[in-house]
Amino acid sequence: MNHDAYPDNYIRGILNSVKSIAMVGASPVNVRPSYFAFKYLAQRGYDMIPINPGHVGKELLGKPFVASLSDIGRPVDMIDIFRNSSHIMPVIEEALTLDPLPKVIWMQLGARDDAAAAKAEAVGIKVVMNRCPKIEYGRLSSEISWMGVNSRTLSSKRAPAPTQGMRLSLNRMSVGGGDTAASDRAAKNKSEQS
Amino acid sequence: MSDRLPGFSTLAVHAGAQPDPTTGARATPIYQTTSFVFNDADHAASLFGLQAFGNIYTRIGNPTNAVLEERVAALEGGTAALAVASGHAAQVVVLQQLLQPGDEFIAARKLYGGSINQFTHAFKSFGWNVVWADPDDIASFERAVTPRTKAIFIESIANPAGSITDIEAISTVARKAGVPLIVDNTLASPYLIRPIDHGADIVVHSLTKFLGGHGNSLGGIIVDAGTFDWSTGGKYPMLSEPRPEYHGIRLQETFGNFAFAIACRVLGLRDLGPALSPFNAFMILTGIETLPLRMQKHCDNAKAVAEYLAGHPAVASVSYAGLPSDKYNQLARKYAPKGAGAVFTFSLKGGYDAGVNLVSKLQLFSHLANVGDTRSLVIHPASTTHSQLDDAAKITSGAGPDVVRLSVGIEDKEDLIADLEQALGA
Repeated sequence: MNHDAYPDNYIRGILNSVKSIAMVGASPVNVRPSYFAFKYLAQRGYDMIPINPGHVGKELLGKPFVASLSDIGRPVDMIDIFRNSSHIMPVIEEALTLDPLPKVIWMQLGARDDAAAAKAEAVGIKVVMNRCPKIEYGRLSSEISWMGVNSRTLSSKRAPAPTQGMRLSLNRMSVGGGDTAASDRAAKNKSEQS
Repeated sequence: MSDRLPGFSTLAVHAGAQPDPTTGARATPIYQTTSFVFNDADHAASLFGLQAFGNIYTRIGNPTNAVLEERVAALEGGTAALAVASGHAAQVVVLQQLLQPGDEFIAARKLYGGSINQFTHAFKSFGWNVVWADPDDIASFERAVTPRTKAIFIESIANPAGSITDIEAISTVARKAGVPLIVDNTLASPYLIRPIDHGADIVVHSLTKFLGGHGNSLGGIIVDAGTFDWSTGGKYPMLSEPRPEYHGIRLQETFGNFAFAIACRVLGLRDLGPALSPFNAFMILTGIETLPLRMQKHCDNAKAVAEYLAGHPAVASVSYAGLPSDKYNQLARKYAPKGAGAVFTFSLKGGYDAGVNLVSKLQLFSHLANVGDTRSLVIHPASTTHSQLDDAAKITSGAGPDVVRLSVGIEDKEDLIADLEQALGA
């Protein structure tokens, strides 16, 4: 997988197929990006599991915090990691001990570890780096267009007005990411420099 | 469901505009409303806290305006955009995110006269200090960089003379200085030049001109290329630091490669207030659907008119980058191969009086202070758009006393040439 520019079908396939998402580094502080993403994905119908050892015994939007991936005690489809690039590898190593393995490992905006990604891909896990599932879901459903964001999708079909708890269709014609190529190039340059 | 890349004309018609979810209306409806109901208290809190996508109040966002924003972002190859009331408003909102009082920005000396005034006088009162550089001398930009420099501002095709700016060379200076390059792409429109492809980090437009294209609606827009890393060194606290307006959110870490557009919306437009009317957004959207057709006709007509003027005995010189003899022709071939735009200047052997005489005799060309209309327009910059500049600044910005500026419309070129013939010849 080319981790500089993902085909929309790759992202679409992931968001259409996963049902449960364990979020490593989920924060109960309501201005943190992890809180935003957790709340949004829960509202769009995903089965969300907050992972944060510092908050065990508490809940995030009604879901009990779990100390680590190994403590979830049931299969999860996707692991969404809200940690800096330097803290990714231990999370991947723990994820690779799970049985069954997760289908997808996702690293948030700004997070990228190509060596860790290669380990996960070697056992058949799909990997996404330096993206946000909330933004990608909003983009492919065109819900994000309300913020003036280039969704890189076109459609002549009428979409339903989104309401609370509703899953949205992500199956729209896609520009394929080519039209924000400058932004992808800048991200690649940054990751190569660091 | 293929990942196909649509062409420019397809994007000009479709980007951002799906049928209305409620009514199925195919044309983008005009959401002429100030405000939008919340589903419940939690939804309201989520929207105000920037946790959810959605509409609150038209000063922050509006569904008609959002279609316009997405469309221009798609045409420019940016990650997101924000529409505002005018091109001038776009410039204020952009620089508010980048500069603190006492900071500097470098601007090309060749700019729309209104921008020169705004930068020199209005922004001075905010403590934003403009430092001028010469777009024909790239080294002058390098020499102007100081530790307080926060941005570089240029026009892709510069008003009034239609000169072409070497965007890539200046973007190299900006990258080295660690500051974003802002390109005003008004006179080119993304049909002719996409500055982001050449290294721009932010693109601004007066939508009033070629994008709207019909001389009927004011508007401006800011496009975020998603290319600049705002987190380095605390240089851009509006993007990188916790914002007290939003309980400590850091916009870059939350919104990634469209954080600048969000900052312009939630810190700029929300607090400064230059919102675009949804009706104007609708008019401009309608204009953009025909941008590729109009822009090509504008350019073809402009080239024919420039060639005619270059051969006329009363004309001293023509400044149009589309002419092979023009000093900017090489840059035009590189940056704007489909055409060098439709705004240019020429000077008359008879000087100031001949200019005034010409303007008064023209019958099809309208004498007014605008460009980028379907109609052909004429103006004498020295006595109008650039009149507040001193004589030296008039000449360096290409608006000397003998100079006449045309914005060539989409009429039949034979009629435009005939109008100039009768006005020049008599």
